[in-house]
Amino acid sequence: MAIDPETQVEREFETQDLFVNIGPQHPATHGVFRMVIEVDGEVVRDVVPHIGYMHRGGEKLSEHMDYRQAIGYQDRTEYLSQFNAELCYVLAVEKLAGLAPPERAEYIRIILTELNRVSSHFMFLGAFGTDLGVFGTSFTYAFREREHILDLFEEVSGDRLMYAYFRPGGVAWDVPRDFKERVEWVCKQALIGADDMDKLLTDNEIFIARTRNIGKLSIEDAIDYGVTGPMLRASGMKFDLRRDEPYSIYDRFDFDIPVGTNGDCYDRYLVRLAEIRESIRIVRQAVAQMPDEGPILPERMPRMLRPAAGEVYMRCEDPRGEYGLYIVSKGATQPYRCRIRSPSFCNLSALKHMTVGHFVADAVTILGATDIVLCSVDR
Amino acid sequence: MALLLWGIFGVDMNVWLDAFLRLQIVVIVMTVTVMGLIYIERKFVGRIQMRLGPMRTGPYGTLQSIADALKLLTKEDIRPATADFWLFELAPYVTFVPVFMTLLVLPFMEGWFVRDLQLGLFYIVAISGVTVIGYLMAGWASDNKYALLGAVRSAAQLISYELPLVLGVLAVSMVAGSLNLNDIVIQQDTVPNLVLQPLPFLILLTAVLAELSRRPFDIPIGESELVGGPWVEYSGIRWSIIFALTEYAGLWAFSIIGALVFLGGWEWPFGTRDFWGDFDFVYQLVLVFSKSFLLILTMMWISATFPRLRIDQLMAFCWKILLPFGFLQVIINGIVLTYVEDSETARDIVLFLTSGALVVAMAYVIYLATRQPSREERVGAALAARSAQ
Repeated sequence: MAIDPETQVEREFETQDLFVNIGPQHPATHGVFRMVIEVDGEVVRDVVPHIGYMHRGGEKLSEHMDYRQAIGYQDRTEYLSQFNAELCYVLAVEKLAGLAPPERAEYIRIILTELNRVSSHFMFLGAFGTDLGVFGTSFTYAFREREHILDLFEEVSGDRLMYAYFRPGGVAWDVPRDFKERVEWVCKQALIGADDMDKLLTDNEIFIARTRNIGKLSIEDAIDYGVTGPMLRASGMKFDLRRDEPYSIYDRFDFDIPVGTNGDCYDRYLVRLAEIRESIRIVRQAVAQMPDEGPILPERMPRMLRPAAGEVYMRCEDPRGEYGLYIVSKGATQPYRCRIRSPSFCNLSALKHMTVGHFVADAVTILGATDIVLCSVDR
Repeated sequence: MALLLWGIFGVDMNVWLDAFLRLQIVVIVMTVTVMGLIYIERKFVGRIQMRLGPMRTGPYGTLQSIADALKLLTKEDIRPATADFWLFELAPYVTFVPVFMTLLVLPFMEGWFVRDLQLGLFYIVAISGVTVIGYLMAGWASDNKYALLGAVRSAAQLISYELPLVLGVLAVSMVAGSLNLNDIVIQQDTVPNLVLQPLPFLILLTAVLAELSRRPFDIPIGESELVGGPWVEYSGIRWSIIFALTEYAGLWAFSIIGALVFLGGWEWPFGTRDFWGDFDFVYQLVLVFSKSFLLILTMMWISATFPRLRIDQLMAFCWKILLPFGFLQVIINGIVLTYVEDSETARDIVLFLTSGALVVAMAYVIYLATRQPSREERVGAALAARSAQ
């Protein structure tokens, strides 16, 4: 129920709008994000976002490192969808250096990337429920599944969060022997978890009342703001880089692209829930097609990557939208310029457009449904 | 010791000494129950959330409440520099004292209270309305915008939900013909008021959740938006007074009221019966406490699974649904009690039918008011499919 910001109630006495500072330390901001909202009673009249608290200069730092050393910065930028960011980076470097990864490495990457999308969306489902005031129940349900996936990632890469496992040309080392069975088990658990979340939230009257028609974004506005990913698809635009601009081996899989109709917070939630199932479909196909034996790095891998001078822009479908990397090489062992186009940053730009006219509680809902990663916003 | 108990339970003694001793017993029982309730809630909600809850302090974490209390008592006492000294210091007590005062008239077993008031129910509703002043004081005195927003929200919410609470209680007291809690319980020896008046029970349950600011009505507290609302600046012992004592003592007090007024207290299902002579109070206590804990667990279950409502939805629910139906119930009760005079059975049946019809009507109105498109329409065919495992 949005209230037109222009509506002025006739008042007998002078009133003054209240400026409330939400953040940088606030449970609803999912990190160190600060928004100053101007409230008239309970209605939000204006939102001013302040970002930059998490700026670490990862882009600049990777210009002083070997191409392979900078992989870790991608993990730290997108700390909920690390494999997605890593994949984008290694694809960009491969394009620049002209490397072709072997078959088996491609499949390992796709399986891990899609499972990472699932874990990232589970994180969203849990945190979104908490934003709406579910007392931790959605959080623990979502984290149960995320934990299974993180266990698998830990076994594969040696770390729970900062994997640094992909390499230009393949992956760092081979996966464990029971990898396929583990992945299958994780897929089964993730589907159970998705159904649990579905039963807990999708048909809940209060959940619907709190999210439906809140923070609406039309397709035109979404495109104007540069919104991508599940938020754009929730508005009804069937745009997914995995299908429209297939990178790696995505053209070999059969999957649907869930789109919403309304463009509100409820649709954003539904699209992410449906994407979990689609990702599991991709993972299962990849597991079936993946060769059991084979190299994981190209035969003649150079000891030092020294791509020829040139530039490359690589974009991948991150759980949050289009994750883009622009890398300029001048023929040295380090990139001359590395620039990240972060989906969270662009999605966040539509915040004011969505929030103004809603209630204070809805501002939290809308920010939660935007699903930002602050490290990615500030880089 | 036996003599002392005997004095409290039977023999006439000095009225002030008697009241004082009973008060001490209530305070001790309340403190122990509150500690138990905190532990129970953490365990119960933990199980709902697939966690174990506290496990480290003592066997199965049973000493967790004591550890928490010790921690809160030894914490530094922080007051914001710009806070209004007196209002800030007094606000926790203003919220807590009314909750405690409701306990004074509750009969925990037959004929056992600190004071037997003929207007007991009226007194409870009147005194528990004072709590909102504490919320406002805390919100204003903290000099914090979250606290101020929370205080204004709580003022709106608590005052609004006072009305359905009063109407629900009023409808029952019309049926019982008394405002004395002891009389109301004794009158339910065969049929509890829950059967005669299901609608007021539901109204009371909702209103109590709102009065106690428990989920899904924790809008003034709003942990994910207002980070604690009026209590955002409180810490240490003052916060433990608000959190532990007020919240859980209020929960306990209101659930005891619900058990007495609607679930038949110690009377139903056994009636006034002489089982063990002077030690009958044991089974009476067990009945009252188990009924009240049933209500408490219901409220905890509700609060563990539902998202928070928004302030406008909450107010609309109160003023457009609960309040009109509360008034309807009171009017219908008046008509029934005036004109159906044939027999007690006939009166009970008519009361049950009218109130039951009102419950159905209210459910239908809620359905109409909050109706959402069907799952297929709302979710869209592509998104609706559940996964086939």
